[in-house]
Amino acid sequence: MYDIIIIGAGPAGMTAAIYARRAARSVLVLEAVNYGGQILNTPDIENYPAEAHISGYDFSAKLYEQAKGLGAEFIFEKAVGIENGNGKKTVVTVKNSYEAKAVILATGSASRKLGLEDEEKLVGKGVSYCATCDGNFYRKKVVAVVGGGNTALEDALYLSDLAEKVYLIHRRDSFRGEEANVSRLAARDNVEFIYNSNVTKLISDKRLRAVEVTNKIDGSVRTVELNGLFVAVGRIPENRNFADLVRLDDAGYVQAGEDCHTSCDGIFVAGDNRTKTLRQLVTAAADGAMAATEAVKYISNN
Amino acid sequence: MAVIEVTKNNFEEEVLRSEIPVLVDFNAGWCGPCRSMRPMLDELAENNGKYKIVSVDIDEEDELVEEYEVASIPCLVVFKNGKETDRSIGLIPKDSIAALMED
Repeated sequence: MYDIIIIGAGPAGMTAAIYARRAARSVLVLEAVNYGGQILNTPDIENYPAEAHISGYDFSAKLYEQAKGLGAEFIFEKAVGIENGNGKKTVVTVKNSYEAKAVILATGSASRKLGLEDEEKLVGKGVSYCATCDGNFYRKKVVAVVGGGNTALEDALYLSDLAEKVYLIHRRDSFRGEEANVSRLAARDNVEFIYNSNVTKLISDKRLRAVEVTNKIDGSVRTVELNGLFVAVGRIPENRNFADLVRLDDAGYVQAGEDCHTSCDGIFVAGDNRTKTLRQLVTAAADGAMAATEAVKYISNN
Repeated sequence: MAVIEVTKNNFEEEVLRSEIPVLVDFNAGWCGPCRSMRPMLDELAENNGKYKIVSVDIDEEDELVEEYEVASIPCLVVFKNGKETDRSIGLIPKDSIAALMED
């Protein structure tokens, strides 16, 4: 039995591993894909204390080496559930099960899909959830961004430097994102705003060719021909597998304060899948430190 | 066998005319998920004789990107007897990469 199992090897999970190992607790980190998490998609991190510039990959690799060097064990299997009982937690993965005295959920979040037919099939064939990853493939082409938050605005700005034309499709008549970004976009000749509208259909042959856009106010439908559709409609926390054990809020985030305690004794939460106002690298790391410290305290007291 | 760097000049020889299946990794140095996947590909390439793995730098190889309609990376494409038989987009775990080559 391990002292602590951490589910998820992003910045929160790996920071928790460092703190738990420095408290001399045995640690297993379970990760579904590979270490790094969402930060891997960031080419240049510019807001982490004492690192003016570092790529998301380099940051992850350094963090992984640090945690591993301190003796954290990593196994790459997806955790699908937790059984709680008899003073221990059993984490079930797709292949095995592992026991621990305490568990830290650091599963992060995934891009929210539009939920349209063929959407999944068209990923890599015109549909993308990451403008900085895939924007280069749309040089001098026509693209649309869906969404109204800062990510959508930043994606549209980034793409307007590359693409011939960028449509920004938003379901409301004003943006949640920063006004500065909105005015910068408004000043670009190749950006067209489509307000009060939803993408209601993906039109494709072997790849995406156009989208059907429906105006919510007057019900009018228009077809926008394009090469790429960038979806930036938010993220969903990866907490589904643990919903029977810990209390989630309406949006699916694990309810917990700054102490990272969940509604279940001995299960803690760290990072983007926790209820919080600022989801950043530095707050993920802070959560990792807090969750590990609280988990260590829990083990000592039980 | 290590992962082989492939350009448009040797793509036909290394991939299309290969006698064993080939996994082509379309990637770029600025792509974090691609860099994250590379050590897994290195390991798989070293430890099997049934297929080979090659890498294409999408920033240098416009023609290959165009020809194979790559629009998102990481992009892994399986070639058997010169034909594409499977494709996977995005960062996937090592087991899933191996599974792509197993049928």
